[in-house]
Amino acid sequence: MTEKSLATWWEQTHDSLYAKLGGEAAVNAAVDIFYRKVLTDGRISRFFEGVDMDKQAAKQKAFLTMAFGGPHNYTGLDMRRGHAQLVAQGLNDSHFDAVIEDLGATLRELKVPENLIAQVAGIAESTRNDVLGR
Amino acid sequence: MVNITYAKDCFPLGEQLSVLDGLTGRGVPVPFSCRSGACQTCLMRATRGVPPESAQIGLKDSLKLQNYFLACVCHPTEDLEVALPDDEQAALPATVKKLELLNGDIMQVVLESHAPIEYRPGQFINLARDTGLVRAYSIASVPHEDDHIHLHVRRLPNGRVSGWIHEQLRVGQTVEIRGPAGDCFYVPGNPEQGLILIGTGSGLAPLYGIIRDALHHGHSGPIRLFHGSRDRSGLYLVGELNDLVKQYSNFDYVPCLSGEDVPHQYAKGRAHEVALRHVPNLKNWRMYLCGHPEMVKSAKKNAFLAGASMKDIYADAFNVSLSS
Repeated sequence: MTEKSLATWWEQTHDSLYAKLGGEAAVNAAVDIFYRKVLTDGRISRFFEGVDMDKQAAKQKAFLTMAFGGPHNYTGLDMRRGHAQLVAQGLNDSHFDAVIEDLGATLRELKVPENLIAQVAGIAESTRNDVLGR
Repeated sequence: MVNITYAKDCFPLGEQLSVLDGLTGRGVPVPFSCRSGACQTCLMRATRGVPPESAQIGLKDSLKLQNYFLACVCHPTEDLEVALPDDEQAALPATVKKLELLNGDIMQVVLESHAPIEYRPGQFINLARDTGLVRAYSIASVPHEDDHIHLHVRRLPNGRVSGWIHEQLRVGQTVEIRGPAGDCFYVPGNPEQGLILIGTGSGLAPLYGIIRDALHHGHSGPIRLFHGSRDRSGLYLVGELNDLVKQYSNFDYVPCLSGEDVPHQYAKGRAHEVALRHVPNLKNWRMYLCGHPEMVKSAKKNAFLAGASMKDIYADAFNVSLSS
């Protein structure tokens, strides 16, 4: 698939999920809860030591927008580049699992139905190999 | 079709194109990442014209008020003149009207700008020493109460600008200023929201401006100031702050001392730790954090974890130039 048609495919298949979740408003509702969870999650908090809180919050928001199937232009390459340093610090599958778990817990707190949570987790899951640089 | 102006270059923006597309298409190196209005990397400011609201979604209120927008999702309906956040501002001459020590090492510098300068209390200006060295200082004055611009300059060990201000600057002298800049200021609206302000050292300067600005706007929610220092000699404006406490029932002031010797009318401990002890649940509070970078960083994180929303946390870390 070319990059353009991949993007179109993504929009068509995920737009409805983003809309069902509530779009931008849902992302806004989720971002603080989700960010608080990852910061206090002992399994992954060390990767957030010393980061700029504002920039990191914006990144969490970008991640949630993507995971909700919302409009985004991330490519596998961005994901690799963005996480390369963390991979060098030991980021692995267990940490990726922790993030997916925190994401699920966030959505549960917001009373999102389980079938939609599964779809969100599925999208996030699709970035695993890129995030972990494989 | 609308026109976009950036650094003297004016061009029509093609239909469907975002401001980011238009600028990068002409070789302007605007940083960007997500291209969908989420990551805020492509933050820019309209210096003329008003950006559409849809290009400001997710920005802090203080940035919206200054016409900041996200270039990647900006499809303007009117002509815009735009700038990157750190584009140079014009230098202005200003005359030193008064110099007054507020405590052992903080000097109040009162400046009269030669041209009108529109600022919000809590923003900062850059002040240049005659040799071209520049430092940022927060504005403690409020435009509707004070005629001039007030800065609080703490003397740093070997500080090349602060030392010059303390020892050589004289009333009547002309200095060069640029600005204002910064987004740590009071935004009118939501007057019942509680405000917590935490500052160390001369971090009181912006907070003193913000508090008086909030009170002037009729802010009715609790306004709680925690000012920290190691010992009593580091506190200042104590009389002025206590006067405000008497005047406004919704304002309170807690001086905090982190040193060993703490008389009973002071709170013992670091200002941000004392603040979190006083208000353990910060849900729905608006925070202002100014001063030592480590304090700001730690307070921001702890406030967020204590329930404050990221969009309600305004901060100004006083980073010290490594060359002092």
